[in-house]
Amino acid sequence: MNTRVMTPLAVSAYTAVSALGNGRQGHARALAEGRGGLRENDISSAPLACWIGRVPGIEAHALPEDMAHWDCRNNRLVHMGLQADGFIERVRAARERYGRERIGVFMGTSTGSIEATEAGYRQLEDGRLPAALRRPGIHSLHSLSAFTAEYLDLQGPALTVSTACSSSAKVFAMASRMLALGVIDAAVVGGADTLCDSVLFGFNSLELVSKRPARPFDASRDGLSLGEAAGFALLERTDAAPDAPRLVGYGEASDAHHMSTPHPQGLGAELALRDALARAGLDAKAVDYINLHGTATPKNDEVEAALLARTFSTRTRASSTKGYTGHTLGAAGIVEAVVALTAIEHGLIPGNLGCDEPEPVCASHLALQAEHRPVHVALSNSFGFGGNNACLAFAHARGAGA
Amino acid sequence: MSTLAPIWIEGIGVWAQGAADWPSLRARMAETRAEPSDDECAGKPAAALLAPGERRRAPISVRLAVEAGAQAVAMSERDASTLPCLFSSAHGDSGILDYMCATLAEAPRELSPTRFHNSVHNAAAGYWTIATGCHAASDALCAWRHSFGAGLLEAIGEVLSGGQPVLLVSYDVPGEGPLGEMIDSRAPFGCALVLAPAQSERSLARLDVRTGPAQAVSSAQAPFLRWLAERNLSAGAAPLLEALADSGSHTLEMPAAPALGLHIAMEVAP
Repeated sequence: MNTRVMTPLAVSAYTAVSALGNGRQGHARALAEGRGGLRENDISSAPLACWIGRVPGIEAHALPEDMAHWDCRNNRLVHMGLQADGFIERVRAARERYGRERIGVFMGTSTGSIEATEAGYRQLEDGRLPAALRRPGIHSLHSLSAFTAEYLDLQGPALTVSTACSSSAKVFAMASRMLALGVIDAAVVGGADTLCDSVLFGFNSLELVSKRPARPFDASRDGLSLGEAAGFALLERTDAAPDAPRLVGYGEASDAHHMSTPHPQGLGAELALRDALARAGLDAKAVDYINLHGTATPKNDEVEAALLARTFSTRTRASSTKGYTGHTLGAAGIVEAVVALTAIEHGLIPGNLGCDEPEPVCASHLALQAEHRPVHVALSNSFGFGGNNACLAFAHARGAGA
Repeated sequence: MSTLAPIWIEGIGVWAQGAADWPSLRARMAETRAEPSDDECAGKPAAALLAPGERRRAPISVRLAVEAGAQAVAMSERDASTLPCLFSSAHGDSGILDYMCATLAEAPRELSPTRFHNSVHNAAAGYWTIATGCHAASDALCAWRHSFGAGLLEAIGEVLSGGQPVLLVSYDVPGEGPLGEMIDSRAPFGCALVLAPAQSERSLARLDVRTGPAQAVSSAQAPFLRWLAERNLSAGAAPLLEALADSGSHTLEMPAAPALGLHIAMEVAP
């Protein structure tokens, strides 16, 4: 791979909604206090004994009337997420500055609005989906991006990335390429996934779900906790937002190993990490914090712990935040990008919630409790089924050495 | 309006019932008959690239995507293990989604783990990278009715930003069950292109692409391509494939998003 150093982009607005709350403040506070959002599963049609990161209030949340054709749990979550942190106002300003055809929408998801399709199959009318759910748009995986573009009145490229759990990390790469190409001047990137039977019973069938709250990197971990979330970031050239934190690199690579287990030596994960550092023009030594994929499955954390230990000194602090939010699948990339950006803006290294007895190989890298220290460069790892790996690099506006 | 640097097509792969590769599609395009015969409809993509065990486990959508991708890479003589790949599909494996939703409604605990992991939209990218030993970036996307044009634009972005060739595969299978009624897909079709940033002895065509407001979309003339385009969103590629079969200059309008079009000037080598 001949990776060239990229021109950094400003992350001029960002926000997320997850089991930790709606907006950046709620997330920063919960992470600083070490307070997680997991609860006992109370959502699926035949509840499995497990813990979930559920977002309260989705059921009662209504889309604006003129958007009713997009109504479904996933798009309600998208709409909820867009309301926080002045995100819509910043997008409106960008639309006025660049024109709506010069802003792209790139969203990641694993299962989109399949929850609405599942609901339809539970209430078939003469073998057909019930009339209220006969809306082709919500049965397309592209539903969340089409809704986001229509709601924000944006007319540039609109794409959905669905590479399982790396989806909403890879949207940053896609937006960067479109900006570099000159096709757009700004991009709304993000992702959303909602809790649904497909993922609860699906991950359960693969025996990857813990009966207890997820314990990433704990020696006794025995599986993940699923969660739901949505998150968004607005990317622009740095002159438009000189003080905003920056996307300085992205990396993408494939394991070429197995559909549902990671490469035993973490080959794809390491290639993605090195690709991100090369694109950022940074050495591993410059990294202050890394938000790990850390799903709390035995295999993922074993492979990722070894990668962490062989790549970084203990000066680089690391944690998984899936003990707070659960594994939000296609939304994990954006939620954890928001955590990495929060680390930079607040000088806050989140503690690795759920881990009492850390994997020995990475024990001295892991922040078990929140730590307060300056973060100039933060990475976020996202790995998906099918061996699909992505890594993002963010930096403080004043640069890596600020 | 943005004008992109030129790119070159080095490989073409296709699979449809009754047109299992590019030479057969060219022959089929010359026929006045649109609909495939019953015999033609019995055909399945060979997907010989997959190891036998993987081929047994792979769903039909993966076999279709792998078959088209393998043909395009073979024509380009590129090394699949180093080629970034991008798989675009409006609906992924809608047959598996029908199975999952039906099983979840009746007996959720009986969901098959293999069919669950095959249900991810990047299943084709996963099987492809495993079969070819590819560690480069792999992508899986969709843009509903604009999945082919949006995938083409993203693939061009990857070619130009990385300065290297990229494999684009676009594929869709027929919808099934109650979900099938919601999906504009009634016949299988897959196509693949190897796109490169520079001209070479393998170049088949040069593309000069400009993005801008969506215009009246080009459509293919060949009856078979028109039949496919009405039944499969990935056959949005039809006018581009028809132009590729005819040496000389062409201009095409392809949609990449509801309000965004690709204006493509093509020069096809004799």
